[in-house]
Amino acid sequence: MAATPVVVNPKGSLWSRLPLVKQLAQSVGLQRGMLVAGLVLVALFLLTAALAPLLAPYGFAQLRDESGRFGSQQPPSAEHLFGTTVSGYDVLSRTIWGAQTAVLVIVVAVTMSLIIGVLLGVFSGYFGGTLDRILVVVCDAIYAFPSLLLAIVMSIVISGGQSSLLGGIMSAAISITVVFIPQYFRVVRAETVRIKAEAFVESAKVIGASNMRIMFRHVLRNATRTLPLILTLNASEAILTLAGLGFVGFGIEPTSAAEWGYDLNRSIADVSSGIWWTALYPGLAIVLVVLGITLVGESLNDLADPRLRTRHRAIASPAAAATANEVDELEKPE
Amino acid sequence: MTTTEISPSAPLDGTTTERVKGGGNLGRYILVRLLLIIPTVFILVTMVFILMRLIGDPITASLGGRLSPDQLEERKEAAGYNRPIWVQYVEYIGQVFTGNFGTTISDNRPVSEVLLTYGGATAELVFYSLIVAFVVGIPLGLLAAYLRDRWQDASLRVFAILCYATPVFFSGLLLKLVFSVWLGWLPVSGRASTRTELDLLLLDNPTGIYLIDAFRTGDMDNVWDVLAHAVLPAIALGLLTAGVFLRLVRTNVIGTLGREYIDSARSRGVGELRLVRKHAYKPALIPIITVIGLQIALLLGGAVLTETTFEWKGLGFILVEYLSSRDFVAVQGIVALLAVIVAVSNFIVDIIAALIDPRVRY
Amino acid sequence: MSRLAKGEQAARIEDLEVTFATDSGDVRAVDGVSLHVAAGEVLAVVGESGSGKTVTAKTILGLLPETATTSGAVFIGQENIVQVSGERLRQLRGTSVAMVFQEPSTALNPVFTVGWQIAEGLRAHGNYSNGELREKSIDILRKVGIPDPEHRVDHYPHQFSGGQKQRIVIAMALVLDPELIVADEPTTALDVTVQAEILDLLRRLRDEFNAGILLITHNMGVVADLADRVAVMYQGEVVEQATATELFANPQNDYTKRLLAAVPYIGAGREAARARAVERDKVNAEPVVVARGLEIVYPGRFGRGGFRAVAGVDFEIGPREVLGLVGESGSGKTTIGRAIGGLTRVTGGSLMVLGTEFNGAKESDIRPLRKDIGFVFQDPATSFNPLLTIAEAIAEPLVVHSEAANPDDARARVNQLLEAVQLPIGFGDRFPHELSGGQRQRASLARALALRPKLLIADEPTSALDVSVQARVLELFAELQHEFGFAALFISHDLAVVDMLADRIAVLYKGELVEEGTGEQVLGAPQHPYTKRLLASLPVPDPIEQGKRREELRLLREAP
Repeated sequence: MAATPVVVNPKGSLWSRLPLVKQLAQSVGLQRGMLVAGLVLVALFLLTAALAPLLAPYGFAQLRDESGRFGSQQPPSAEHLFGTTVSGYDVLSRTIWGAQTAVLVIVVAVTMSLIIGVLLGVFSGYFGGTLDRILVVVCDAIYAFPSLLLAIVMSIVISGGQSSLLGGIMSAAISITVVFIPQYFRVVRAETVRIKAEAFVESAKVIGASNMRIMFRHVLRNATRTLPLILTLNASEAILTLAGLGFVGFGIEPTSAAEWGYDLNRSIADVSSGIWWTALYPGLAIVLVVLGITLVGESLNDLADPRLRTRHRAIASPAAAATANEVDELEKPE
Repeated sequence: MTTTEISPSAPLDGTTTERVKGGGNLGRYILVRLLLIIPTVFILVTMVFILMRLIGDPITASLGGRLSPDQLEERKEAAGYNRPIWVQYVEYIGQVFTGNFGTTISDNRPVSEVLLTYGGATAELVFYSLIVAFVVGIPLGLLAAYLRDRWQDASLRVFAILCYATPVFFSGLLLKLVFSVWLGWLPVSGRASTRTELDLLLLDNPTGIYLIDAFRTGDMDNVWDVLAHAVLPAIALGLLTAGVFLRLVRTNVIGTLGREYIDSARSRGVGELRLVRKHAYKPALIPIITVIGLQIALLLGGAVLTETTFEWKGLGFILVEYLSSRDFVAVQGIVALLAVIVAVSNFIVDIIAALIDPRVRY
Repeated sequence: MSRLAKGEQAARIEDLEVTFATDSGDVRAVDGVSLHVAAGEVLAVVGESGSGKTVTAKTILGLLPETATTSGAVFIGQENIVQVSGERLRQLRGTSVAMVFQEPSTALNPVFTVGWQIAEGLRAHGNYSNGELREKSIDILRKVGIPDPEHRVDHYPHQFSGGQKQRIVIAMALVLDPELIVADEPTTALDVTVQAEILDLLRRLRDEFNAGILLITHNMGVVADLADRVAVMYQGEVVEQATATELFANPQNDYTKRLLAAVPYIGAGREAARARAVERDKVNAEPVVVARGLEIVYPGRFGRGGFRAVAGVDFEIGPREVLGLVGESGSGKTTIGRAIGGLTRVTGGSLMVLGTEFNGAKESDIRPLRKDIGFVFQDPATSFNPLLTIAEAIAEPLVVHSEAANPDDARARVNQLLEAVQLPIGFGDRFPHELSGGQRQRASLARALALRPKLLIADEPTSALDVSVQARVLELFAELQHEFGFAALFISHDLAVVDMLADRIAVLYKGELVEEGTGEQVLGAPQHPYTKRLLASLPVPDPIEQGKRREELRLLREAP
């Protein structure tokens, strides 16, 4: 049952074939609620990042305006809705600008790790042999290693710790990339090994197709079906890693870009003296973004898995998937 | 990994029914697994070495700019960083396997002594957090699977996502703000109050595990003090892992509930609650345990952040200190030790999974 | 013993309707079905996939998913299952009605001992001490024929063979002494010799335990062997109900007649085989495949010895000749097919295919031969890339061997092939999941024949298909073989299917070839005891004839 792939109906209209639209239509009840909530949060996040220059009242590194310095640790007021930090930045502005930094890092990190991880995974899984074994051991070792520590070490290697906007974002992104490559590698490799044993790949083999043809025409696209799910889950992990890096002081300089983790690190001392606004807003931003992305990812995951998917009229029964075979059988033509 | 080698006509129904657990024994299985972690540790330590050396030698990284070039050369010569890199590498590997991780640059202490001093604190924190994670995560995961797709399940899932969507340092700060600063119920930071720490220092051979040491002082006030300090960090770090456990238990138990043997038990009149708690739980536990092994890494990464947030003087706290003073010998040592801990705990988890699964033949 | 007297009603279904909510709208799976089963009686519900027979069975135990809506009534004793409370339903499950599942390896929980699992049923319905539970478990295991039950009660499912597992599943159903046992395809996953033993056990349940049995099956031979009465289901409805003797002797409904006519029987292909043999004798050419002392060992994992799947086998396949390879699971028949197709390495002896030695051959040595070898796989569901259309998949060999530049270029040839396998040309634009199993298997034949191969390997090509679909695919295979003139290795576990198509039959047993000859020789006058047993185990679709064969099988088993 698990081996029968779910294929988007190629005859459906273009609209219904767009990613997410089909899943949204498929979802029911609470599952749909979770998916919609996630999508709304993600949309808000992306809009905030795109419109940061318009939304933010001040620049991320701005310390003064016409009326003078903002002042340090000012409580929320009309001028500074979320107050100011210990260094005298406007908390609201930094929280909004932080979305932009986060998007940039996620996009760069996820894209790089995706491309490298997938290619390595397909080649390694398809050809096997010594190289495959070495890659598996290395990736397993990296995968088992605390990702934050690895990211810290990588960030030291790349930038010596701290740097400018572009340098900072790139070094954070590359550090996160290195952490994620093993994840894509493991998933794609495992899928490749499974698909390699499937009858359709064997039939390509007995036809006499070359290895490259089998790999790219038959294996690659089938092996990467589950990636959108991992991608969303990784995006949220990327934000957490970025924030973690910032929190231990290996993120991006406050004058180069706004970064939520860094701001939280600066607020540790504030909290002890009861100043809550410097910690609350950047922290909430992280939580909401990660929550949104994770909700989308988990909903997609559930919808793709027949065992976890709720269908209409289904209310609360552990038995729901018991006769999925039977239903599948009925759906067959002829 | 080996499914490709198994022929579709492999003997499924042979007359060889005596396939009793055998062909080896548990001791041999453990030994083989133990040997298998050596390459993992080796790779990790090598990786750390290579990465740390890509930025140059530790002396320049730490003291560059503060000493004259001549003085730097002298220090490098003395520490042996002028020798070929592979000589240093072989020496380093040899030292690691004998427990010698070098000497820190910033405060000139043997790294192994640093590890011993601060390791206990981290172990204690991780232990408390695991208790929180198990007590919260597993029962709630079972409950969510039992009530799947009802509102309770949805709320539990959102709770789980919130648990791991919240960075531990943020949840830590919030907990501190509410319970320490505003309500004043619990201490703000540290592992114990000054008075208790003094008491503990007076002990002969302190273990470094404060709870044990506090009991040894014989003063219950000390014990309460130590426990009060542990509550917030344990909850902050424990909830992170609890979220992961909850989700894992829920997904795996629901997956197992779809299996035919559950319908088979149901068809004989076994009740729904028992199906979840007994029939689905144990088969689901095997993949859960394997994944829990991988969570050790998450937990250690989280420990670094938690310790910084609560000024909990463990390996993570000291690691961040050494990082900011650019003392990469110390960093290298601590990171290598954490790698070893991860490898060893994965090994223990493998053994536990093998003991639970009757299909594993040693 | 059942609480009911023989002939008393155990279950009654009245006007049952079941509808499933699916993504593509509601589907009516069961449409107005009425049935009844008495104690000490076997009612067989026969039908092909999608007929609603399994849904009917699951309704009796209230095991349908929440996506199903049910109307009508299912009476167990005086109670209507469709309407009772959840708790009452739980109490009835096991004690009044129990179920035997199709696949014994998935119906047993892998991490609990069989004794514990048997006891779970007892625990759900009463208070027993641990000693009592153990005693009852051992007792029931003994009754279903598990040797050494005192010791085996503590074993885990993976320590039993497939047939033994099914006995344990039956024991679990039996231990609560239900009035009705619903057996859903209880022998489909088993080899034919094991099937015969399980059918004997079910017969004993009826006769000695006086249980009513509702037997769900697609196999007419099984029906003839075991059923007292038969209900034929088609598209959610019962189209005919009669006693077994009556139904086989004098079917009334058209669908029943078609179904019975589609069942392959031994001796059906003799005539055609003789005709082909005469034709073949005119041409005298080199054999296409020659195996001498062929040995294939699968490597073991480190430290453990390998598994010898094929142990010294000799055979030949001449041009235009169909060799039928028969054997049960683990006999090595699929391994031999894969070796000839260049998918599995030959580790010993000699295997010459189209003049090339495969023992020690590299992939580059085999590749030039690929265009002369076609392969049809067992499972039509997985043998097509789900992302390519049928036309693209059939064009694949043409493109790979440069007979066409791209799939569009090959379309004319693809259309010819689709016509040859009797599929509408428009099907070329469909995706594999939009075709039924039989249609996919035709497309698979078209792909295998695209390059007009000299040799075709067909590995259980019809075992995943319904019997009426199977009959049409087999017919098509015979026609195509005549037209294209390829030599073929036809692998199957079903003697009757092989006999329909093969010129010669080879019987494999545990990696060794125990008997070989024409269908007349091997199946008409078998020499080897294994062939005899295999033949006698195959149930024939005729209750009276099957009764006699059962007696023969019993004698064969008792013979030393």
